[in-house]
Amino acid sequence: MSPLAGYLILSAFLFAIGLAGALTRRNAIIVLIGIELMLNAANLNFIAFWRFSEHPEALTGILFVIFSIGVAAAEAAVGLALIIAIYRHYKTTNVDEMNSLKG
Amino acid sequence: MNIIFAIIAAVTIAAGVAAMSLRNLVHCALAVAVAFAGLAAAYLQLGAQFVGFTQVLVYVGAVAILIVFAILLTRGAEPPQQSVLSSGWLTGIFVAVVVLGVLVYAIAKSSVLQSPVPPQPEVTVHQIGEALMNKFVLPLEVVGLLLTAALIGAVIIAMKEEGKK
Amino acid sequence: MPWIVKNLWLIPALPMLAAGLSALAPRRYKKFSASLAIGSMIIGFLLSLCAFAHAVGQGEGGRQVCNFNWFQFGDQWLQLGWVLDPLTAVMLVMVTFVGTLIFVYSTGYMAHDENFTRFFTFLSLFAGAMLGVVIANSLLALFICWELVGLTSYLLIGFWYHKPSAAAAAKKAFITTRIGDVALLLGMVWLYSQSGTLLFYNNGAGCLEQTSLTALVAHTTSFGMAVSTGIGLLIFAGAVGKSGQVPLHVWLPDAMEGPTPVSALIHAATMVAAGVFLVARVYPLMSAGSGHSLHVVTWVGAITAIFAASIALAQNDIKRILAYSTVSQLGYMMMGLGVGGVAVGMFHLITHAFFKALLFMGAGSVIHGCHDEQDICRMGGLRKYMPITFATYAVGTLALCGFPLIVSGFWSKDEILHAARGWPISQVPFWLGVVGALFTAFYMTRQVFYVFFGDTRLHLGKTTASEQRTVDHAGVTAKEHPHDELPGHPHESPASMTMPLVVLAVCSILLGFIGTPKWPWFQKFLGAEVEGFTQDVVLLMVTSSIVVFIGMGLGWWFYGRKPMEQSEEPDPLEVLRPDIFSLLRHKYYVDEIYERSVIAFNAWFARACDWLDFWVWNGVVQLVSYFVVGISWADRFFDEFVVNLGFDEGCKGVSAGGRILSRLQNGRVQNYLRVIGIGLAVLALLMIWGCRPS
Repeated sequence: MSPLAGYLILSAFLFAIGLAGALTRRNAIIVLIGIELMLNAANLNFIAFWRFSEHPEALTGILFVIFSIGVAAAEAAVGLALIIAIYRHYKTTNVDEMNSLKG
Repeated sequence: MNIIFAIIAAVTIAAGVAAMSLRNLVHCALAVAVAFAGLAAAYLQLGAQFVGFTQVLVYVGAVAILIVFAILLTRGAEPPQQSVLSSGWLTGIFVAVVVLGVLVYAIAKSSVLQSPVPPQPEVTVHQIGEALMNKFVLPLEVVGLLLTAALIGAVIIAMKEEGKK
Repeated sequence: MPWIVKNLWLIPALPMLAAGLSALAPRRYKKFSASLAIGSMIIGFLLSLCAFAHAVGQGEGGRQVCNFNWFQFGDQWLQLGWVLDPLTAVMLVMVTFVGTLIFVYSTGYMAHDENFTRFFTFLSLFAGAMLGVVIANSLLALFICWELVGLTSYLLIGFWYHKPSAAAAAKKAFITTRIGDVALLLGMVWLYSQSGTLLFYNNGAGCLEQTSLTALVAHTTSFGMAVSTGIGLLIFAGAVGKSGQVPLHVWLPDAMEGPTPVSALIHAATMVAAGVFLVARVYPLMSAGSGHSLHVVTWVGAITAIFAASIALAQNDIKRILAYSTVSQLGYMMMGLGVGGVAVGMFHLITHAFFKALLFMGAGSVIHGCHDEQDICRMGGLRKYMPITFATYAVGTLALCGFPLIVSGFWSKDEILHAARGWPISQVPFWLGVVGALFTAFYMTRQVFYVFFGDTRLHLGKTTASEQRTVDHAGVTAKEHPHDELPGHPHESPASMTMPLVVLAVCSILLGFIGTPKWPWFQKFLGAEVEGFTQDVVLLMVTSSIVVFIGMGLGWWFYGRKPMEQSEEPDPLEVLRPDIFSLLRHKYYVDEIYERSVIAFNAWFARACDWLDFWVWNGVVQLVSYFVVGISWADRFFDEFVVNLGFDEGCKGVSAGGRILSRLQNGRVQNYLRVIGIGLAVLALLMIWGCRPS
């Protein structure tokens, strides 16, 4: 098994774990944590592919991940702000109770 | 190499699992910080030092703290009385397993694994900075704009509403 | 073609035109309509004289026709036309002359009637139609005018239509003659189908001409009768209806409900003579081959003559006696046609027209003078009050009885008896004719003695049944009578009524002389052979004279010797043999027999048809309507319960489905995320499999 495969399998597991948490936990913040985990797994994928690619001098992987981290940070901030605003309104962080958008 | 990779992998995965399954929210936050750190070690292992340090700075230093702040602000510190799992959690587990299966399948069937291992690249910060300013200047600016908007947006969203009811 | 032949159509057309104009005139234009009618008849008479002169010039057997095409159907033309031959000529003169006299008479008789103009309209129409029958050269044209004559007869009999008896009599006349007309129509159709033409004479191609006749005689029907005989019998059936022969005689006495001029013109002189005329017209057809139809004609005529004469013995209404006398004399005419041919029958027809019209008009004068009294038992002694009427009536009576030598009726009746004596088939008609002559003399004498002799039994100025009848008859009450007060005795009629009587009386005497055996101009003109004063003829003259004297003597014996004093006294004959008298008085109960049988059947049949119509045809229609209603009900049911419900259920299903589908949108983000995950997996698989190099 090549090293690339190992890193890819690792990232796949991380992604699946993050997804499982996002889909099953009751607390909104845990869902957010899971999403961060998924993002990180994707970043790991990028770096792994950059490392084992044919033209690493292009720095594409690294740059992409830098931007991804930046965007992820912004998104985490906004997401958490949203959760705080929702908590203020619903007095709860239970995702099952945030169903006002239902049709 | 393999051993280091195995340890890093084990730690990261354990931290991830812990982050997703612990009852106490603060414990989850701390576990995810450990996971971030493990990932940073993996980056270092892969030779992307700048990214590794950036990961530590941003994720561990800012995002995890932010998560803790949010937990504190939403009274998540008390242990929850009810089940930690939402309704229909089994479907969620199922979906995650399916996705995992698909990903593993894709990886196993991929032909990229057969290609030879290239040598370790030498990346300097100088190169990264140069790339940022030349080739990737547009995404840089856009990300700057994005961050500004996110900052303002987060402040506005989280601000207390005055007198409106 | 001579101008008179070409313009022969004017003779019937002018009275019809007068009728049309008179119909449009307002009711008060009495003089206008009367002068139109009389004027058209006078012109017609003058034209008829021209035609007569022309026909005389042509001699016997001379015949000129003028045919024209009417309309085309298929590749055949239906033709009509008129003919001028001796038969036509004598009839034209007679009809126009008698018609003119009766029209003049009517101006006096109907002067007080408020429907004067309507009367003259109908009279003119009748005259036009009758003249059309006379000149017609086609059986179709004859039939058209025949029906018109029947129609006007109906209109005139029922002239006083608010009298129920008059309306009923008019209906009876029309329906009874209709039965005969149906047979005539059948005969006409049969003739057309066999011979291909309805024109009588058409330069050899007409249906009464030799080629057609031989063909018709040669054909036989399924039961051995020659076609010519069959057609002849059918046409004769039409004549039976119109001329009142037994068994269709029942309408003629009832037709006396009409005004007296109507009775004189239509039911004495002209319309009833149309039947005899028809037989004379189609005589070639009837005498062709074996001539069996003529045998039937003879027997029917003979039976009718004796039958009607016997009924007349016991009647009390002055007009009814004359009506039955007319029926009897028509029987004589038919008999004459059957045994002796056209000339014999037509001679009696012409002379009878004159003296019967005279008798009817005299009776009208009597009725008018007695203020609408018609029962002879209530009259009497009118000789001194109405001398002119009496004198002319006496002449007419003598003519009818056949008083020897001086009157025309003697000569014409003798011709008939002479021909009957020489009939090879049987002598029974001859003896029936002789007995009929005896009866004729008897009842006419009876009538004359009742009406004109003795003391007057008429009680005017007191309220009697006669005044009640005064109200009934003319629709004019006694108070409205134009005389200032009811006079105490009957009075003579005005000159407009007596002048025609005198003229007709003169004609009744003079006309006989054109047909005596010594100078048989009339018979020769119509194509018959007469021997002159042979021994047989003289013997017959003596015999008939004796019979007349016996009849008149018996009449004097019973009624003249001791005239009745009270109107309620029974008739001497009634005293003698009340049972036979009652039978005769009730007209052999023929009307009652018809009532029980034919009319009862007809009423039953009408009821049956009504039942059929109501329950069966109506039922079918109702069924169809119920069916349609049922369909519509089912349709509504279907629409309401199936379509609507189905639609409703469909809508409910859609909304239920929507409700189910809306559960996807439960507003829970985690659910959405799960679905996205599945979608992601599927997409990835698709991409992997899609990009696989194969």
